[in-house]
Amino acid sequence: MPNVSMTVNGKQVSQEVEGRTLLSAFLREKLDLTGTHIGCDTSQCGACVVHVDGKSVKSCTLLAVQADGASVTTIEGLAQGDDLHPMQAAFRDCHGLQCGFCTPGMVMSAVDLLQHNPDPSDREIREWLEGNICRCTGYHNIVKAVKQAAQSMKGQQAAAAE
Amino acid sequence: MHNFDYHRPSSLDDAVAALGKGEDASLVAGGMTLIPTMKQRLAAPSDLVDLGGIADLVGIKDDGDSVTIGAMTTHAAVAASSAVPPSLAALAGNIGDAQVRNRGTIGGSVANNDPTACYPSACLALGATIVTNAREIPADDFFTGMFETALEESEIIKAVRFPKPEAGNYQKFENPASRYALVGVFVAKTKDGVRVAVTGAGNDGVFRAGDIEQALSANFSPDAVDSSSIPVDSLNGDIHASAEYRQHLIGVMARRAVAAING
Amino acid sequence: MSDTGIGASVKRKEDQRFLTGRGNYTDDIDRPNQTYAYILRSPMAHARIKGLNIDAAKAAPGVLAVFTGADTAGLGGIPCGWGVNNKDGSPMNEPKHPVLAEGKVRHVGDPVALVVAETYAQAKDAAEAIEMDLEELPAVVNMEKAIAGSGPQVHDDAPSNLCYDWELGDEAEVDGAFKDAAHVVSIDITNNRLVPNAMEPRAAIGEFDKATGEYTLYTTSQNPHVIRLLMGAFVLQLPEHKLRVVAPDVGGGFGSKIYHYAEEAMVTWAAPRVGRPIKWVAERAESFISDAHGRDHITHADLALDKEGKFLGLKVYTKANMGAYLSTFSTCVPTYLHSTLLAGVYTTPKIYSEVKAIFTNTVPVDAYRGAGRPEATYLLERLVSKAAWELGMDQVEIRRKNFIPKDAFPYQTPVALQYDSGDYDATLDKALELADYAGFPARKAEAAKRGKLRGIGFSTYVEACGIAPSAVVGSLGARAGLFESANVRVHPTGSVSIFTGSHSHGQGHETTFAQLVSDTLGIPLENVDIVHGDTNKVAFGMGTYGSRSLAVGGEAIMKALGKVTDKAKKIAAHIMEASEADIEFKDGKFTVSGTDKEMAFGEIALAAYVPHNFPHDQLEPGLEEQAFYDPMNFTFPGGCHICEVEVDPDTGVVEVVNMTAADDVGRVINPMIVEGQIHGGLAQGIGQALLEQCIYDEDGQLVTGSYMDYCMPRADNLPDFKAATTETLCAHNSLGVKGCGEVGAIGSPPSVINAVIDALRERGVTDISMPATPQKVWQALRAAEMPAAAE
Repeated sequence: MPNVSMTVNGKQVSQEVEGRTLLSAFLREKLDLTGTHIGCDTSQCGACVVHVDGKSVKSCTLLAVQADGASVTTIEGLAQGDDLHPMQAAFRDCHGLQCGFCTPGMVMSAVDLLQHNPDPSDREIREWLEGNICRCTGYHNIVKAVKQAAQSMKGQQAAAAE
Repeated sequence: MHNFDYHRPSSLDDAVAALGKGEDASLVAGGMTLIPTMKQRLAAPSDLVDLGGIADLVGIKDDGDSVTIGAMTTHAAVAASSAVPPSLAALAGNIGDAQVRNRGTIGGSVANNDPTACYPSACLALGATIVTNAREIPADDFFTGMFETALEESEIIKAVRFPKPEAGNYQKFENPASRYALVGVFVAKTKDGVRVAVTGAGNDGVFRAGDIEQALSANFSPDAVDSSSIPVDSLNGDIHASAEYRQHLIGVMARRAVAAING
Repeated sequence: MSDTGIGASVKRKEDQRFLTGRGNYTDDIDRPNQTYAYILRSPMAHARIKGLNIDAAKAAPGVLAVFTGADTAGLGGIPCGWGVNNKDGSPMNEPKHPVLAEGKVRHVGDPVALVVAETYAQAKDAAEAIEMDLEELPAVVNMEKAIAGSGPQVHDDAPSNLCYDWELGDEAEVDGAFKDAAHVVSIDITNNRLVPNAMEPRAAIGEFDKATGEYTLYTTSQNPHVIRLLMGAFVLQLPEHKLRVVAPDVGGGFGSKIYHYAEEAMVTWAAPRVGRPIKWVAERAESFISDAHGRDHITHADLALDKEGKFLGLKVYTKANMGAYLSTFSTCVPTYLHSTLLAGVYTTPKIYSEVKAIFTNTVPVDAYRGAGRPEATYLLERLVSKAAWELGMDQVEIRRKNFIPKDAFPYQTPVALQYDSGDYDATLDKALELADYAGFPARKAEAAKRGKLRGIGFSTYVEACGIAPSAVVGSLGARAGLFESANVRVHPTGSVSIFTGSHSHGQGHETTFAQLVSDTLGIPLENVDIVHGDTNKVAFGMGTYGSRSLAVGGEAIMKALGKVTDKAKKIAAHIMEASEADIEFKDGKFTVSGTDKEMAFGEIALAAYVPHNFPHDQLEPGLEEQAFYDPMNFTFPGGCHICEVEVDPDTGVVEVVNMTAADDVGRVINPMIVEGQIHGGLAQGIGQALLEQCIYDEDGQLVTGSYMDYCMPRADNLPDFKAATTETLCAHNSLGVKGCGEVGAIGSPPSVINAVIDALRERGVTDISMPATPQKVWQALRAAEMPAAAE
């Protein structure tokens, strides 16, 4: 069996896996990082979104061996200790989650959006999130949360620049 | 999915060698189509040869009159590139979703020739050349049918070279569920004249709409477009769109593309 | 109002764990020495099982056991929880629903074999080695064909595939009302079949402890106690004290996780046979062919009106698809949750409803968000809008003219229900204002300049939820009571654990229920924990569905809290040496009226557990109370939804440009959560109206079996919502609450379709069915342009 090594949430990990092991399964089953969820088999729902080398990807559509040598961030690695990432905080403040199942992927995807586009319009947020399905919220409060996170991250950057 | 032996060569030669070794080896580029297909057990290669380790295959090169895009360049990279014709960048920026664009590659898309994929229409409309490890294949000769291409067994796409058009525009009408192209029309004004390619609609994959090209060559205006001469029995019908509806949408999308080009 | 009490938009307590990836869903649980199950399912809609060769599968690597219907034939069938009688009083047809198929398979996805292996991949690999010898039989999917009598039979013991032929009201009497009518407006309507698609696929882990003889089932359920009862008593014959059912964090339900499913019974039954815990997790493709679907009604209705547009009578004839087997609540959905709602918000004096429930070779159909009430509302509101168009009346005017006036409550409808409170003009007025109805003509004209057809659609609705008074539902055939339980445990230091039989799978109970406690006991929110979802922790519960958690579960908590404060007053009276009658409790303090004596709630809690000088004959130590609450009536939220759409006539694409909801859900405990519930319901309602459709082909193959073909609403399909609430209090519960979980999905679909029709009317289109997909809209426009071509 191939051996894979990668950095997950800042920690070096190395394990033997079958070639067919998906990154999502590797994270959930081998590393017990169960925040990454599986909601479909056709790469549509986005519950499994994580960052690989800083970019959001669907971990159910990537083999663990394809992420060999990469740096992976999951929802568990987003907060700094007890301090929620501004996106997480905004989801809580804006009631951007209900059952919580799509939330990890939704948050990871939204964080990637702000890396590209720090001040997205409503339309841009809605279009970016087309790969993340939420059945609970109707997206209204998710869009609100992403906008709030964008504002608060801009504020943080401005404060840091001073 | 079924298990397989995994290979990650660092050169094209090694990739060809690995491909030859397996009983039923398959290349994987971004994996955005192949991996879901394997998960559904509709594909079960004995060996998977991952092109992700070949650095030469990634990158966008501006050649002046044309742009050459390495096969393993992601849709996101194409979308973000200023070297790429804006119509092509826009097309890439609307393939799948953000996560698919971060992994999916032009080479994978072109090699797969999914009848609902966007890139094949750009290749045809812009008169691209598919550059492989063995030869250069004009797009007009490359796409030979649904999921079929001119690629030989051990042939690997290195890059796709696009001549820069005078102007171009791609209009996509998405399948409401999957977001693939239900009908996608790429209209380009090239030095060889007006070229119009249609994806998503044809029951034999991507095709050029000759009648629309001729009409637009004579009069490049939305009013000149008439899709009614495209035979309905050459078009797909499914729960999302009958062949008649697709025929109609080809006209609508083509008119919108022309209007966008004309500003 | 305190900032954590009733009426405050408190941020949710549960969010921290969900936002940091620490939710604990069933698939996140791994039991020691766990094995994995794969379920081999029928690829055919209808077939006789001629042979099953499992030898190769049993011998495959990692395989521990393979079970088929031959092994489980001795088990009980999956039970139906509601008996419905035919018009002549005879009971419905109720064919057996086996755990694993016995002799025949009746829908694509019907479970045939259970393969248990060391890994999931091994189980799935082995299943491929099972030789299924199936003799394909003609399948029946279409309800009209199913009851025609000559075609395929889904069950031999259900002639003409009829489950029941039921009625409500006196048809002849209603016919009488039609004789005096100035107008009769008729409609033929389909309520499209939906797949619920909670984002968490179903999962189950069965476990058996040899030492104690106890079984544990971890499952994705909205009601673990109901599963314990149904599976324990009816399927596996396990005594309740030896069966624990845990429903941990559950990723959405929308009804689909109410029911007892065969997979739960399989893994529980097989666990002692394999001798290890067994985990099964559905793939999404499996969810599509095994989760109960929703809706699927075909209806013809006639509305009689006088010359002023007043409704005189309504006749409704419905065919309801049950699928291949009766799921837990399937039978009551088209009857008691649908026909009883046919008065809507109107004073229609005479109503008749007939429902034929029909078996087909499709996945079982059961309650999905709204369950029966969306079907009734869609029918009524389409019919009312059609009547207004046909009579040349204004959409608002026809509704106001027929509203039950606000001074008419309690209002007895002709279809059994008695509405306790409501003010339909208030929600209509609020919605008209929010939607800027007055500005619509200008917006329409502006859209026309851009080549778009703009339309506006209305829906004024009422629904019956807070399910349900046991006496009422019992008299109607329910085989269970629908009360709720609560236990309030005050710990010695004054913190509180609430054990509720409700189950939260997105609704935010951990917050809303804590607000009730914080408000009542005057203690900080963080001192309150809500415990739910485990039959070993919670005494009993009927679970969460039918927008019942607050109106029934919350009331049970309030009742138990009342008992706690009564007891605490006794303790306070004893310690402060006062008469119990003189003790007042407010803001977390017990005071003796007319004195300055006071004790904090925490002090009383401590005293309860340190009862050094309690008079034991009069005062027990401890502070913990249990309550069961059975509601007096359903609750009746109502409101008005106004949708505005723009149609692109070139492509047929419909865009929802404004979606307004004004809902009266009674008293609002947490406005933020209520609004979120309404948003979610609206999204599912718009999904049903424009995007979602479950399609079977004639052979019974599910065409829309994945997200590639089943169109889920995504962020870019939906607008921002305008949602507001008005308030009339529920007259029969202490909080005055009604329920908010389903109103969005109940009220919105007809508003969307009425808006689409309104937009297309100028082009001659008068009808369109759900979902109004681009293709369908384009075809309707084309047919209207070329009437001859449409024929």
